[in-house]
Amino acid sequence: MWLGFLLGMLGMTVGIFIGLNMPLVLPQAYAKFLSVAALAALDSVFGGIRAAMEDHFDNSIFLSGFFSNALLAAGLAYTGERLGIDLYLAAVVAFGVRLFQNLAIIRRHILKKSYHKKENTH
Amino acid sequence: MKGLHWTIAIVGLALGVLLAMQFKLTTEINKTEPVQRTQLVANQVNGLKNDRELLQGEVNSLRSSLDEISAGPDDAELKEQLDRARILAGVTELRGPGVEVTLNDSNIALKPGENPNLYVLHDEDVLRVLNEIRAAGAEAISLNGERILASTEVRCIGPTIVLNKDKRLAPPFVITAIGDPNTLESSIKMKGGVAEILQFWGIQVGVKKMNQVTVPAYSGGLKFDYAKAAG
Repeated sequence: MWLGFLLGMLGMTVGIFIGLNMPLVLPQAYAKFLSVAALAALDSVFGGIRAAMEDHFDNSIFLSGFFSNALLAAGLAYTGERLGIDLYLAAVVAFGVRLFQNLAIIRRHILKKSYHKKENTH
Repeated sequence: MKGLHWTIAIVGLALGVLLAMQFKLTTEINKTEPVQRTQLVANQVNGLKNDRELLQGEVNSLRSSLDEISAGPDDAELKEQLDRARILAGVTELRGPGVEVTLNDSNIALKPGENPNLYVLHDEDVLRVLNEIRAAGAEAISLNGERILASTEVRCIGPTIVLNKDKRLAPPFVITAIGDPNTLESSIKMKGGVAEILQFWGIQVGVKKMNQVTVPAYSGGLKFDYAKAAG
């Protein structure tokens, strides 16, 4: 699991490097959609970490969830704007809540693990 | 197991690109003309506000030092002259008999198609009343607690009027004037006078004779950058 984590961090670093050095800047009108997509992607990643901590990490679920969530969130935000509904807000709230829930669960797992370690060493 | 790491790396890559793009886009938006201009103007406003507060503090300290000096054991004649000059300049609170004139917007219900501007109290109307009571010998005048000086302007800025360069006042306006109450009252209320003209448009004019009114001191600074005493 730690190898996967490291690989992910490495991938992200390379990705950030590529993104920052890309000559292409999206038009500002798409900022909203991109932000929702980024939020959805973050949510998926934290969901994946949580699943890994609970030992039921599934490769295909993670991969498909990551891309479909991001695309769906951006797509929904776009449709919402066409229809005059602020669906983008709904996406922000939904993903935001899930993100914090996942974070809370991950924290609990980490705490539990360190607790067990202590008990074993004693 | 190998496939797992491969996907994680891909996901990390995609997430990194996404976050970096978002970051770039946000910085781009912050760099755009309207946003920058707003920030610039907001900074300027804050800077000027600070300046104004500093200057106000300077005015206060100078005024208190003037008070101290005038309270000192100086020549009585000089002191009298100073007091007179301060009354003339309008930087002392004055008290005496006078009138209180209240002006407010029209209470006539507008007929459809009529210009509402005709029924609203304008800077010109206030000026007209001020002019009238000055002509009737008012010695000190204030408008909504703002002292009217020799250099005071009355200007229209949208729904409010501004005077003494930065004091914004909104209706109802209360003009306090020190002078002979009877003369002042008649000057407003005389036939064909200013009250009659204003009341035609429904503007509410009230005049109250008072035994004792207080006209506050001018609180701002007085500056003569260009004018010098001749000779």
